[in-house]
Amino acid sequence: MHIREPYFSKLFKPAVFALALVPLALLGWGVWQDTLGANPIETVTRSLGEWGLRFLLLTLLVSTLRRATGWVQVLRLRRMLGLFAFFYGTLHLLSYVWLDQFFDWEEIWLDILDRPFMTVGMLAFVLMVPLAATSFQAAIRRLGRNWQRLHRLVYPLTLLGVLHFWWLADSKVRTDMPLVYSVLLALLLGERLYQFARKRGQGRVLSRAGGSSGIA
Amino acid sequence: MIFIKHPHDLRDHDVTDEALYRQRRQFLKSLGGFALLGAGGIPLLANAAGEDEPTPYEDITTYNNFIELGQGKQAPALRADKLRTSPWTVTVDGECEKPGKLLLEDILKQNPTEERIYRLRCVEGWSMVVPWLGFPLAGLLKRFEPTSKAKYVRFESLYDPEQMPGQKSRAYDWPYVEGLRIDEAMHPLTLMATGLYGKNLPGQCGAPLRLVVPWKYGYKSAKSIVRISFVEELPTTLWMATVPDEYGFYANVNPQVSHPRWSQRKERRIGEFRKRDTQMFNGYAEQVASLYSGMDLQENF
Repeated sequence: MHIREPYFSKLFKPAVFALALVPLALLGWGVWQDTLGANPIETVTRSLGEWGLRFLLLTLLVSTLRRATGWVQVLRLRRMLGLFAFFYGTLHLLSYVWLDQFFDWEEIWLDILDRPFMTVGMLAFVLMVPLAATSFQAAIRRLGRNWQRLHRLVYPLTLLGVLHFWWLADSKVRTDMPLVYSVLLALLLGERLYQFARKRGQGRVLSRAGGSSGIA
Repeated sequence: MIFIKHPHDLRDHDVTDEALYRQRRQFLKSLGGFALLGAGGIPLLANAAGEDEPTPYEDITTYNNFIELGQGKQAPALRADKLRTSPWTVTVDGECEKPGKLLLEDILKQNPTEERIYRLRCVEGWSMVVPWLGFPLAGLLKRFEPTSKAKYVRFESLYDPEQMPGQKSRAYDWPYVEGLRIDEAMHPLTLMATGLYGKNLPGQCGAPLRLVVPWKYGYKSAKSIVRISFVEELPTTLWMATVPDEYGFYANVNPQVSHPRWSQRKERRIGEFRKRDTQMFNGYAEQVASLYSGMDLQENF
């Protein structure tokens, strides 16, 4: 699959960008029209968090999709999707700090210290910050090989995001959606492990001939 | 707030005028429009701390925890029509002189209902104010002449996966069971509710008969009750059995004792933007604190 230029840059990518904003638009519309139920603050906060998680998984899907289909262009969407994950994650945090807690820093601090689901959620967000901050071309060039190392943080932080959702889930028994995201994450990580193991097998052969290999 | 009205002094203008609430919401909406995020459902400027206005009927009946009818807050209202509430019988048994099986109509004949406006505090950190219709539980219980062995009262909700699709989930050990100490059950504030806003209870609110214990977290107030038993041993409730480290037997509203997932210091009153401070025993300390004198409430959560 290949989308010809200028259609990819001028049409397809902007369309994905617009699509990624739809959840936010729908939430805004819901707030305006008062259709988010009796507790709209809860609905907004949770929905933003779930979208952050979905975009993290979509970001991880990119290179898997490339390997599975050979569609190389999709890699050009990865930074945008990753930044949308950060965008929704930031709004999720903002919604909690502002709408939910109304800047009650003592309460927020206690939440993060005492409640494991808050601790891991906050950690996931903190880990996202350096990734978002080094997502532009100059940073990629300057960091060189370290850029790739740094951006492998996406794996543990997505794991923390899923865990955050598991531990929040109502009374440990409402686990349908956390389960869905866990399975998706397991598939995405599993595919990478599989590729890694395969390449290592090949790498052994190659290294005898002086080659090397890596996986992203 | 305890606000008890007897049927004879209850006029229809006392039971809340819903149009008034809608007007109020509209007002909040126009205020909220000035803020960056939101109007309508998020009244950014509304912060009526300390006031206890009854929560609109629509909110009370569309934001429910009733796991038998489904997970999430909206599912119970959507599935409530599956619940058949007539005919309805309640079995009373255990440590009492006159056990029996009663038809709901007969219970209602013997126990005239009155309106009581109570605060309702959910363990999840939100609260409402509900104008219930009901009768004191004590009046009902006394007719069965509990013996001295009746130390606790156990409440059992309907078990019928056909009517209650949530019961197909194996995550819980059905039926829903709740319990009170006998003195809690006999307390004048403890209500058996049959309606709200002057109407019959809708299915999602626990029709046709539900417990209301206003100084305890909402989950203690068992819904759609079919069996009441006087027992000697402390009954294991559904939540105690499911998540023992999170839910205790007493479940008294207590801002000092936090839940593993929710700080209980504050609560969001449905329809308000800023949280308000949670009160000890949900503001009913004056009436009920003596029931727990000398008890370690941290231990007995």
